[in-house]
Amino acid sequence: MLKTEAVDVERIRRDFPILKRTVHGKRLVYLDNAATTQKPQAVIDSLVDYYSRYNSNVHRSVHTLGEEATAAYEGARGKVARFVGARANETVFVRGTTEATNLVRFAWGEKQVKKGDLLLATRMEHHSNIVPWQLLAKSKGATLKFVGITPDGNLDMEELDRLLGESPKLLAFTHCSNVLGTINDVANVSRKAHKAGATTVVDGAQSVPHFPVDLSALDVDFYAFSGHKMLGPTGIGALIGRKALLEDMDPYEGGGEMIREVFDDHSTWNDVPYKFEAGTVNIADAIGLGAAVDYLTSIGMDKVREHEIRLLDYARETLSKVKGLHVYGPEDSKERSGLIAFNYADVHPHDLATILDEEGIAIRSGHHCAQPLMRCLNVSATSRASFHVYNSYDDIDALKQGIMKAGAIFKV
Amino acid sequence: MSSADIYRELILDYYRNPRNFGKLEKFDISAHDTNPLCGDEIEMQIRVGENSKIEEIKFSGRGCAISQASASMLTELAKGKPLEWVKLVAKEDVFKMLGDPELGPSRVKCALLGMKVLKTGVYGYLGAHYEDPEPGT
Repeated sequence: MLKTEAVDVERIRRDFPILKRTVHGKRLVYLDNAATTQKPQAVIDSLVDYYSRYNSNVHRSVHTLGEEATAAYEGARGKVARFVGARANETVFVRGTTEATNLVRFAWGEKQVKKGDLLLATRMEHHSNIVPWQLLAKSKGATLKFVGITPDGNLDMEELDRLLGESPKLLAFTHCSNVLGTINDVANVSRKAHKAGATTVVDGAQSVPHFPVDLSALDVDFYAFSGHKMLGPTGIGALIGRKALLEDMDPYEGGGEMIREVFDDHSTWNDVPYKFEAGTVNIADAIGLGAAVDYLTSIGMDKVREHEIRLLDYARETLSKVKGLHVYGPEDSKERSGLIAFNYADVHPHDLATILDEEGIAIRSGHHCAQPLMRCLNVSATSRASFHVYNSYDDIDALKQGIMKAGAIFKV
Repeated sequence: MSSADIYRELILDYYRNPRNFGKLEKFDISAHDTNPLCGDEIEMQIRVGENSKIEEIKFSGRGCAISQASASMLTELAKGKPLEWVKLVAKEDVFKMLGDPELGPSRVKCALLGMKVLKTGVYGYLGAHYEDPEPGT
């Protein structure tokens, strides 16, 4: 196989200080990017710069620091919005994908969902796009049903059509599975849902960090993603919502900043998106996310995607030589994102992860917050290696060697 | 200590050929727990004999080598012992039983899941309540 890189990996790796460290005396091989990514120096610097140069509260301070902080915070909102083809006034900063889905649950769901309504999710959802709807269904006396998956790891479109025929209020689905890697045809699924009268909530946690996303072409109502999975800081993410829906929604949390006027017995609300950003917001990390977007843009998301496809092809070819190793998800690398979930003989994923850790290799093992999917696959856990732009072919060779070592210890 | 030491012959043997694996038709005690972080799962059933002795004990479940081997070895140790013995078992006993492997904090939970299930079941039977000494760790 041709091992040329789509990006200059060596140069990129120098931007990530953590990649210089060793683990158990070995070079760090970080393959847990679907859980969280490492941060480039530019993102770390943006946090230090904010705290050491212009730390201040935003929006209400008229002094210089306040003006600078506000400009940087709102500038970051603009960057994040443009990055996914959205507008700043429909981009709400949240803690992450989980807070985004919960915001929709409370601010949209409490008002729109009634007793007897039907809500739909899919069997390839992360718990963050299941549990909020379970809680909403319970509090409202609604029903939650699941769209299944086909044996090759795609959404079961026949079951989707059948369930959409039952006039659901909501369809919650992921852009990209965090276990199977499956990339769903968001525009097509969302159009079908809209025809059936359903509102769509799309989990973009595994898509926005890994390939170009243009929401202006996807026709979704709500779209959520997390900053820390896209080279940004923890504790910041975005919910993009259709403007009319956001305006019609009730507030999520009450407090400062989200109000227009407060009286003894009632209050009126600030404009979208501020209506949903109560209290002092996470200024530093929003600015850090803006820096991450700048960094990714400077590489180019199409290049990130191309690089991950090549890594994926190489990983699949390399791991196919390991006897007893089974990979989950679609066959074609172009139909999946840069991650591989697998099981190796009867070596439990946690045991494999422990043995790999000793070699300096970080993978994820477990149910990946997707227990309904694990039941579908009839496994209790899988191992998962997930890539980002700083991973190299050497990382995949190291992974294979680590797996072979586990095979020797377990006498596979 | 290297992983070759953690996964010594003994643990692999109990993982692949678990002793006392299965379910009892008649039992007096039954307890079940999972390790929410990794999905390890253990169920234990005990038939209590004369003088409050553990006459028969079986476990079932699925999970990593450490959790399954630990649970299996614990059932062997417990069989024939008085129920009160279960109260005296400490995590150090479990580590010793496993050959004192050097386990990180997340893997310690795998090693101790069997003990937690055993204690939960027996304490409940004796009218007591077993409290995990390190909740949330």
